[in-house]
Amino acid sequence: MENNNSLKANINSRLCKGCGICVLFCPKKIIEVKQDKAFINNIDDCIGCRQCEYHCPDFAIVVGDNNG
Amino acid sequence: MNNDIYSKYLVKLPTMWCPGCGNGIVLQAIIRSIDEMDLDLDKVVFVSGIGCSSRAVNYLNFDCMHTNHGRAIAFATGIKMANPELKVIVLTGDGDCASIGGNHLIHACRRNIDLTIICMNNSNYGMTGGQYSPTTPIGSITKTSIYGSYEPPFDLCDLTKSAGASFVARAATYYPVQMKNIIKNAINHKGLSFVDCASDCPSLYGRLNRLSDAANMMSLWKDRLVTIKQAETMSSEQLQGKVIWGEFVNNNDREEYCDIYARNISKAKESING
Repeated sequence: MENNNSLKANINSRLCKGCGICVLFCPKKIIEVKQDKAFINNIDDCIGCRQCEYHCPDFAIVVGDNNG
Repeated sequence: MNNDIYSKYLVKLPTMWCPGCGNGIVLQAIIRSIDEMDLDLDKVVFVSGIGCSSRAVNYLNFDCMHTNHGRAIAFATGIKMANPELKVIVLTGDGDCASIGGNHLIHACRRNIDLTIICMNNSNYGMTGGQYSPTTPIGSITKTSIYGSYEPPFDLCDLTKSAGASFVARAATYYPVQMKNIIKNAINHKGLSFVDCASDCPSLYGRLNRLSDAANMMSLWKDRLVTIKQAETMSSEQLQGKVIWGEFVNNNDREEYCDIYARNISKAKESING
C-alpha cells in the first residue's frame, strides 16, 4: 500500500490558493475546488502523471510521499 | 528526490502572487532546471528588478539581488564582469525588461555577455495595478487603455534576436516541462540567452478583458500556441493572434563579452610592460 501511495498527488492546503489550474489539467478529473482550496476526490484514481504538480503556481501539489 | 526540491531551493512560502499567476509556474521550471543541471549552487546568482515577477528572488534559497526598476541587467552585467565564474540569471518582467530597462536589454544583447535573462511576460504591469506594457496585445483593455490598447506590441524574441543575442527562445506556462528544458539550455548556453515566458495575469489583465478565471485563461493558450515548425507552414492570416514558441536562435558563433574583455586587458598589459 505504501508503494502505491508513493506516486499519488498530495495537496498542501496551506499553500493552495484555489486557482483551479490543476482541475483543468488533471486527465482523470479527480481534483475539485471547494471553498477556495483544491481537494482530491478519489486518490485511488490518481495515475501520478505530475500534470498538476508542474502546473501548480503555488508549489502546493507534490506527487509522491510528502516528505518535502 | 523530487519532493525535496521545494524545501531545498525555496524559502518563505506561500508566495505573494495572486491565485493562478504564471510567475509561480516559471519559478518552478527554473528550480527544476537547476536541480537537473548539477551546478555549484554557490556560483549561481539571481538578479531581479521591480515588479511581480521580480519578487521571485525573495523565495529563492540562492544569492539574490533585488535591484532598481529596469536596471536588473545593468547590475547583472556588473556582477558577471567582476566575477566571470558566476552563473548570473536575471528574473524580470515585461515592463521591467522591455520598457524601463529596454536600453539595458538591447545593449546586453549587443555585447553578448554571458547572462540568462528570463522574462515573465504577463502583458501588463501587474504590481502597479494593471497598466499597459510594451507587450500588451492590440485591443486589450488595461487600466490605462480602457477603450483597448492601440499601440503595436513588441515581440521580445524578434527584438533580442536582431539586437544580437546568441540564444533566444520563447516558452509558455501551458507547457512547463518544455519550459524547464528551454531554461536548462539557456543556462547552459555561453553568451546572452533570452527566454520569453508567456504567462498570465488573471486578477488584472484577465479580469479587465473578461477572460473569466485563471483556469480559463490557461485553457485559451492551447489554441494560441504554435511551435516554430507549425508556424513555418502557416500563412500570415493564420498566424494572427498566435504565439510562436520554441528556440529561435541557438548559435555559438559569436564570442562572449567577458572573454573579449579579458583578452583586451591582457593585450593592454603586454603593451604597457613590453
